[in-house]
Amino acid sequence: MKTTSQSLYDRALLQEAAWESVKRLSPRYQVKNPVMFVVWLGSLLTTGLWLQALAGEGEAPAGFILAITLWLWFTVLFANFAEAVAEGRGKAQAAALKGLKKTVWAKKLREAHAGAPFHTVPSEDLRKGDVVLVQAGDVIPGDGEVVEGVASVDESAITGESAPVIRESGGDFSAVTGGTRVLSDWLVVKITVNPGETFLDRMIGMVEGARRQKTPNEIALTILLVALTLTFLLATATLLPFSIYSVGVAGSGSPVTVTVLVALLVCLIPTTIGGLLSAIGVAGMGRMMEKNVIATSGKAVEAAGDVDVLLLDKTGTITLGNRQAAAFAPAAGVSEKELAEAALLASLADETPEGRSIVTLAKERLHQRGRDIHADGASFVHFTAQTRMSGIDWQGRSIRKGAADAVKAHILALGGEWSAAVQQAVDDIARRGATPLAVAESSAGAARVLGVVELKDIVKGGIKERFAELRRMGIKTVMITGDNSLTAAAIAAEAGVDDFLAEATPEAKLKLIRQHQQDGRLVAMTGDGTNDAPALAQADVAVAMNSGTQAAKEAGNMVDLDSNPTKLIEIVETGKQMLMTRGALTTFSIANDVAKYFAIIPAAFAATYPALGVLNVMGLATPASAILSAVIFNALVIVALIPLALKGVAYRPQGAAAILRRNLLVYGVGGLVVPFAGIKAIDLMLVGLHLA
Amino acid sequence: MLKELQPALILLALLSALTGAAYPALVTGLAQATMSDQANGSLLKENGQAVGSRLIGQPFSDPRYFWGRPSATAPMPYNGGSSGGANLGPLNPALEAALQERISVLKAADPSQQAPIPVDLVTASASGLDPHISPAAARWQAPRVARLRGLPEARVLALLERHTEGRQWGFLGEPRVNVLALNRALDQAAP
Amino acid sequence: MNANLLLQYGFFFAVLFLLAWPLGLYMARIYRGDLPAFVAWLRPLENFCYRLAGVRHGDDMGWRRYAGAVLAFSLLGVLAVYALQRLQLWLPFNPQAMANTTPDLAFNTAVSFVTNTNWQAYGGETTMSYLTQMLGLAVQNFLSAATGMAVVVALMRGFQRKEAGGIGNFWIDLVRSTLYVLLPLSLILALALVGQGVVQSVAPYASVPLTQAVDYEQPKVGADGQPVLDAAGKPVLEAATAREQTLALGPAASQIAIKHLGTNGGGFFNANSSHPYENPTPVSNLLQMLAIVLIPAALCFTFGRWVGDLRQGLAILAAMTAILVALLAVEVWAEQAGNPLFERLGLATQGSELMAGGNMEGKEARFGISATSLFVTVTTAVSCGAVNAMHDSLTPLGGLVPMWLMQLGEVVFGGVGSGLYGMLVFAIVGVFVAGLMIGRTPEYLGKKIEAYEMKMAAVAILATPLAVLLGTALSLMLEAGAAGVFNPGAHGFSEVLYAFSSAANNNGSAFAGLGANTPYYNTALGLAMLFGRFTIIAAVLAIAGSLAAKKRIPPSAGTLPTHTPLFVVLLIGTVIVVGALTFLPSLALGPVVEHLQMVGVR
Repeated sequence: MKTTSQSLYDRALLQEAAWESVKRLSPRYQVKNPVMFVVWLGSLLTTGLWLQALAGEGEAPAGFILAITLWLWFTVLFANFAEAVAEGRGKAQAAALKGLKKTVWAKKLREAHAGAPFHTVPSEDLRKGDVVLVQAGDVIPGDGEVVEGVASVDESAITGESAPVIRESGGDFSAVTGGTRVLSDWLVVKITVNPGETFLDRMIGMVEGARRQKTPNEIALTILLVALTLTFLLATATLLPFSIYSVGVAGSGSPVTVTVLVALLVCLIPTTIGGLLSAIGVAGMGRMMEKNVIATSGKAVEAAGDVDVLLLDKTGTITLGNRQAAAFAPAAGVSEKELAEAALLASLADETPEGRSIVTLAKERLHQRGRDIHADGASFVHFTAQTRMSGIDWQGRSIRKGAADAVKAHILALGGEWSAAVQQAVDDIARRGATPLAVAESSAGAARVLGVVELKDIVKGGIKERFAELRRMGIKTVMITGDNSLTAAAIAAEAGVDDFLAEATPEAKLKLIRQHQQDGRLVAMTGDGTNDAPALAQADVAVAMNSGTQAAKEAGNMVDLDSNPTKLIEIVETGKQMLMTRGALTTFSIANDVAKYFAIIPAAFAATYPALGVLNVMGLATPASAILSAVIFNALVIVALIPLALKGVAYRPQGAAAILRRNLLVYGVGGLVVPFAGIKAIDLMLVGLHLA
Repeated sequence: MLKELQPALILLALLSALTGAAYPALVTGLAQATMSDQANGSLLKENGQAVGSRLIGQPFSDPRYFWGRPSATAPMPYNGGSSGGANLGPLNPALEAALQERISVLKAADPSQQAPIPVDLVTASASGLDPHISPAAARWQAPRVARLRGLPEARVLALLERHTEGRQWGFLGEPRVNVLALNRALDQAAP
Repeated sequence: MNANLLLQYGFFFAVLFLLAWPLGLYMARIYRGDLPAFVAWLRPLENFCYRLAGVRHGDDMGWRRYAGAVLAFSLLGVLAVYALQRLQLWLPFNPQAMANTTPDLAFNTAVSFVTNTNWQAYGGETTMSYLTQMLGLAVQNFLSAATGMAVVVALMRGFQRKEAGGIGNFWIDLVRSTLYVLLPLSLILALALVGQGVVQSVAPYASVPLTQAVDYEQPKVGADGQPVLDAAGKPVLEAATAREQTLALGPAASQIAIKHLGTNGGGFFNANSSHPYENPTPVSNLLQMLAIVLIPAALCFTFGRWVGDLRQGLAILAAMTAILVALLAVEVWAEQAGNPLFERLGLATQGSELMAGGNMEGKEARFGISATSLFVTVTTAVSCGAVNAMHDSLTPLGGLVPMWLMQLGEVVFGGVGSGLYGMLVFAIVGVFVAGLMIGRTPEYLGKKIEAYEMKMAAVAILATPLAVLLGTALSLMLEAGAAGVFNPGAHGFSEVLYAFSSAANNNGSAFAGLGANTPYYNTALGLAMLFGRFTIIAAVLAIAGSLAAKKRIPPSAGTLPTHTPLFVVLLIGTVIVVGALTFLPSLALGPVVEHLQMVGVR
């Protein structure tokens, strides 16, 4: 599923959200959000006071109480609306996924092999451990592991990648995802999850926000917001006795009304952040989704923002996936042309990217670009793990290319000579961080080395800048590679990573992660292979490639549908953005209170202490209009900030102090100033409309 | 908490003995041995007889004397056995009434003195025992005292000058006049 | 005038920091048991205490046990001071034959001294025997201060330790605070104060002849010892003449030294540090002010040293100093501007070399406006509560400053120990919001700030506003509470608000017009003191325990630096915003409206 970037305010989505926000007025729903629950209770209370006023025993004019009451209810509705919009967008994203979930008919096998008899069952009835046959054209009925067969599978529905991928039993390409379609051949798949627990189900649940649990920072922030709410509850509740006493000693005015106190309370408590908090969380997941990353928990998204160390696989992340032939180093007495020719012949049948690149380079050197090379009657020797060589036997010549030590052993076994100069060339290439590939020829019992092909890792363009950016963000990058440390060091230097782990084994990876965690750092990594699973499980943020194995996906807490390891950097940014949005809106919310005090305090005590009118710095028209303006502003600001909550605060990779300074200025100082203007404007409008 | 009661009890006893007995005993011993004048109240002595304390003011209402700060101690002003201030708030009508009363008494004692009265002369001190007034407050009273005592005003001002303390160490606190010491000196100069 | 003011204030801060620095580093050593040579000879005494009490070195306490020890020790302290007051008539060192105090006053005073509040519902020279002062009040001056220091040391260990189970041993921290910090400093200060004229004797009160006899009226006392009342229920007055002056004496200097050093503030005499025997000269005034701020300021250095980066402590110190200086400016401006009433009555109020001018009501001539304003600000910024002027008679804004300083939670230097731990709680909250704003799980000094820390920080920050606002509201509604109000109008409201701000934040100063020595106020304020003190201590120790158990994250470029001016601003902002938002409405109804009325706004 390629997420289409939706407009923030899709019409249908808004209508749905509006209706949803009314439904969420139920106390069972409201009680989950303490700040908004206080507003809800306040609205209920003023509604009662309004009814009382209608009956002629009101503490204030019924019209005034009604206006306050309506806007308090709007405050609750707006907060509901924000949440509903965020979830609605998630649902829209999930809807595309759900399309994949339509019931398919599975061919359930009696026994776990292709020839066994099967009967057809609906996919929902499949249980973990069931084995199904999927043939060309069939939709894979559930997540599972290929136990038999090889097939090309169209996974574009999940990944957006249109090229089909090969899935086969054993190895790292054995995992299949429900909802994808087999294009050719057949597979026997062992289902690995129960219905409702499939990867797709979890994705949908997460994206919709239905199964969202509060993240640790969200819980901590909620505690702070509750504490603030209690503080303001205390400050406003005690104002009643204070006011009664003041009226007594001043001998004028009347005690502040409950309506005004409720209005003051709602204005002061952090409704802005309280109302938008869960929307921010849902939107954070949504933004991950937009980047084609599915997080299995909000906690993982949040942890992404905290990452201190990034473990990045060299291949595919730092370097282009494949090494490329860069130069020929012929042995003594061999011309470059000779070597190039031999290498070309040896690579004719080599379909790996390395092999292709040798062909390309050799053709270039031989000026045979575009000309087809034919080697009729040749027999090709394919690469095996035992020989670690590949090549060609043709016209009595047998040409081999392979790892230097493998070729050396091969030559020596045939009685040939491995000269010091060749060894020197091999070492030089390795020292440069490239891979030496030796080429040898044997004919008529004589074997000789022709030379060495230099395969170079090509560091991705712009990656160095990304790492510098990460360093500014305080994130350390560690390159993981199977290369020896010489090679690794050279690439690390070229790519600008902070550190590297050479000759990495799964154990070494795991140990490195644990070591960083022991020092108190948070580690993020990507992985796809089954042998990555332990490290993925250990890492704090573990992004499994969707192309990877089921084991890797199970161990990780995020899945990158694009299988793009560089995505980790964006994931970190998205995580940070979510926290920043919360922090910024909290600061904004609190800073707003200053202006609200200046609006409401003089208004509430105008009759008792006219001198306090000096505090009416905004020059609001009447006490009633002042209080109403503050309440209206407080409600509208929630709506006004919904786009910010959904999009997130702008993130720039800078040091902590610079970010803080900027956000304090924008949301702290801005939060101080904006309400003065806003409340005054609303007051002017109320006066203009003769409502006050 | 209960098992901590034993160390609590023992340490409370030990530390009480240390800080509540040994320490004050040591300070008292050292103070009495080396600074007995200060330790016993900085008494003002004439011919070996204590006539007051240099640090504690005395009430004066006789116009022949310099008057000190108004004192709010009970039941009598300048009660050295029970210190305390008036605690009147700035808007308390009682403060205005008290000030008006004091102003009229001061003016009645010297109708010829037209200068504004220095504020410290009519406002109650914090302790009710303030031994000082400002040099301005003393000067304001000097013509009255001189006239009633039949002394040249210059003589009174000279006495006043002698009993004026400058800022301590040249910059700490305020310049001030010790009223009791000044009045004792007046009595000796012109009984 | 202004030059002198700057000189006095500049000198004060310069000397303060010069003294606090070495003292802070000294304390950083002694709490580790690393004694410099000049106190090492006291170690046998320290070890003797432990041996007798059964305290073992290395017996590390978890936070619950630490808190239990604090509570047990404080409880016994309350009982001891209560008993001394209730039995003082029959105990030695009572030359004036002071009667046993009433149960409610004894409770209030005992709680007040054990909680480091030192609210004075009593009048020292008219209520307490020498023994009660020495063995009850002065002892708690030491021990409540030492308790506060112990708690902050435990919190520092929380920051310092990695994945540790304990936060130190309360008994060891307590004894070291007393023996190596408070006692030596008190001894030096006490002798310096005697040199300035503070009395120190166990002799009965002296009596001297009055130069001019004074006529006065006093309530007539009937045969039963009770005041005679007239038909209207008012006491009948009778004329009397006094020819002698009583001079209250006592072992004052030894107690006053620790009263300031321990930020206690309970006066030996009723008039506290405005009493000429308690604070006789501008120099003694300076010494007392320095003593008030010395240890709280020094602890910032201790903190910096302990967390391995002195700048961390300096940042806290800078935040505290900035708030103090800003409010000091308001204070001295308001007091020098004075009361428009004085000008209306034709008084001379302009300050000059010959007079302090300004609002001299309730102030002493030797201190004038400058030294008094500094004292007022310092004693309330720090939770000392000693006074050298009557705060009730301050101008409205001059009264707002001390009241608000207390309401900020006594974290601007604050009490010994309690100020720093309170400020660190604010730092935790500030860092939390800031951490979110930079997009990281907040951390402070390498410790992650998570839900548990936030919960405890919220408890600590909420505790005192709760006690202040509810206590004030309750008192104003109750007959018993409203009856104590002395001044009319908004100022009366301020008196009650000030009382609960002072009690709950363990300051102890008062708008003393409030008639607080009643069973109602003695009980209500006593409870406010207990609640304010021990809720925060428990929450702080819980934070300490939780932090100690955490890993320490090495700082990176993504970590919010907490030693920079930006952090100082953030910390100041957090303290001010919380304090302002909580108390703005009540301050508006008290000092703010009173000020507006005073300057004639209608």
